[in-house]
Amino acid sequence: MKLSTEPTKLVTRNGLIRGGVFIALLAALPGIFPQHWLWNLMFFTILYATMAVSWNYIGGFGGYPSLGHAAFFGIGAYTEALFFKTDHVLHSGYEPFFMLPVIGLICALLAIPIGMVAMRTRADVFAIVTITLLFVTQTLAFNLRNLTGGAQGAAVVQPKFDVKFFELPFYYTAAIMLLFAFALSYYYSKSKIGLSLTAIRADEDKAKGVGVRTLQVKVIAFSTSVAFTGMAGATWAFYIGFIYPQFAVDPLITITMVLMTFLGGRATLWGPVLGAVILMPAQQLLAYYVGGSQLYLLAYAAIFLITILLLPRGILPTVTNKRRLKALALKSVAAKASDPLAEGQSA
Amino acid sequence: MSAILSVKSLTKEFGTLKAVNDCSFDVEEGSITALIGPNGSGKTTVFNLVTGYIGRQSGAVTFDGVDVSKEHAGNLYRRGLTRTFQQSRVFGDLTVQENLVVAKGGSWKTIFAPRVSKDDQLRADELLEEFKLSHVADLYASELSWGQRKLLEFASVLMSKPKLVLLDEPTAGVNPILIETMADHIRNYNKLGVTFLIVEHDMSFVMRVCDPVIVLDRGKPIAQGTPDVVQSDPRVLDAYLGD
Repeated sequence: MKLSTEPTKLVTRNGLIRGGVFIALLAALPGIFPQHWLWNLMFFTILYATMAVSWNYIGGFGGYPSLGHAAFFGIGAYTEALFFKTDHVLHSGYEPFFMLPVIGLICALLAIPIGMVAMRTRADVFAIVTITLLFVTQTLAFNLRNLTGGAQGAAVVQPKFDVKFFELPFYYTAAIMLLFAFALSYYYSKSKIGLSLTAIRADEDKAKGVGVRTLQVKVIAFSTSVAFTGMAGATWAFYIGFIYPQFAVDPLITITMVLMTFLGGRATLWGPVLGAVILMPAQQLLAYYVGGSQLYLLAYAAIFLITILLLPRGILPTVTNKRRLKALALKSVAAKASDPLAEGQSA
Repeated sequence: MSAILSVKSLTKEFGTLKAVNDCSFDVEEGSITALIGPNGSGKTTVFNLVTGYIGRQSGAVTFDGVDVSKEHAGNLYRRGLTRTFQQSRVFGDLTVQENLVVAKGGSWKTIFAPRVSKDDQLRADELLEEFKLSHVADLYASELSWGQRKLLEFASVLMSKPKLVLLDEPTAGVNPILIETMADHIRNYNKLGVTFLIVEHDMSFVMRVCDPVIVLDRGKPIAQGTPDVVQSDPRVLDAYLGD
């Protein structure tokens, strides 16, 4: 890892190369593995990667462990279902995708007042407040029958995509969302928003005391975070075509994105993506071997415990920190070699 | 000279304990004022009240000619009133350089600026150089020693070019050489026009660096004056040694 006290550069050569490879990989993946079940898996992996990357804005950088994100997943899903009921006539079939930015905006705006109230609490209380939000939303989804169809579910109009390539438009939509979510994550990490969020995570009172705009950056991070969750929910609803409250507003959705972020590495750029790439196929594999049961939930619990015990900071930070310490050691050796008086400084 | 900070009948109760009881004092602009007193006399609570870290019950605080009794810590910081903590509080997850940058303040639009801008870097480098922290600039603050954290916290409150700095025990747990360094930094910045209000238990430090000295006992000032005057005041001896 490069050690640097230079000013932040938004565009670097390495960054461009990594970004280019990432985009090329996302674009080429369905061509490399042209099987329907793999396309389906890729779609879910990328969709959850989007959610994990965006959960990381507030949960990772900001240290606010929101467990209520699934509420916005559900809100996104039901908004999509409301816009595109089964009697809606689709022409190209892509119209629901074009509605995604609007749904994102709705979720983002809705998140502003919610965030302003919820983020008056911290840490464990915040987690409980947000999980309450989740169950309130689920109860509303069950009971606002006129809007959601209640327990009977709501259908979303289905596009007449060629069956041979049915998954691909969904996959590429998810991939584009992931790129946007990732770009925003990158921007946060390179701007004062990210710096402020990290300060908030470390010591919020002190951050506030040194003039950090805590409320503003928290609300920005929360609102953009749930915007992507909402868009993911909408894409999911369009993909599966029929949604029920218990699946659209499911605590498991939150837990999955949180687990992915924790596994890959909180407050890192690539950690949530890595977590999604590991967990989603693992989950499908488990479902395949232990049947359609909920046994994979036990595996989730195990993964969570092992991560917390062995890699409390997640995979990526553990690796990068080892490299960083090595680089530091080399640097101090070099400094001592060039300056025999340097010893006294490090006292 | 006029008062840069003026505290009028400040009171704070924790349950039945009156931590600060009808406390009034002024801090002259350009001075290095010490706030001393026995343990539990309310020094840190006064700091917390003045800087807006805890809610004020009654009384008024005037800073730089403006009534700031209702303002929270962030606003006061932007007005030029900064502080350090007894247990130095640095942002462990940020690098040393970033610790300075985050304390620079600025309008809310600056949150969209680069994490460390060219300007930030220049200003931070200046302070790091001055506080001899350049060689640890890219370490995480959590990796610093106790003394280095004290220096870093002091350096970071200077990032915003404050008018008044409140130091809560700047020499606690710090080796004698570093204490002298601290004293030098305080004197230097005082010459540049920064006013200091210092809570300190190290009496020799107070006698050498500060003038005037305010003595607090049971949440209230009991004496005020030059170090010599205060030292020979019978009320002060009483407060420290008991009746």
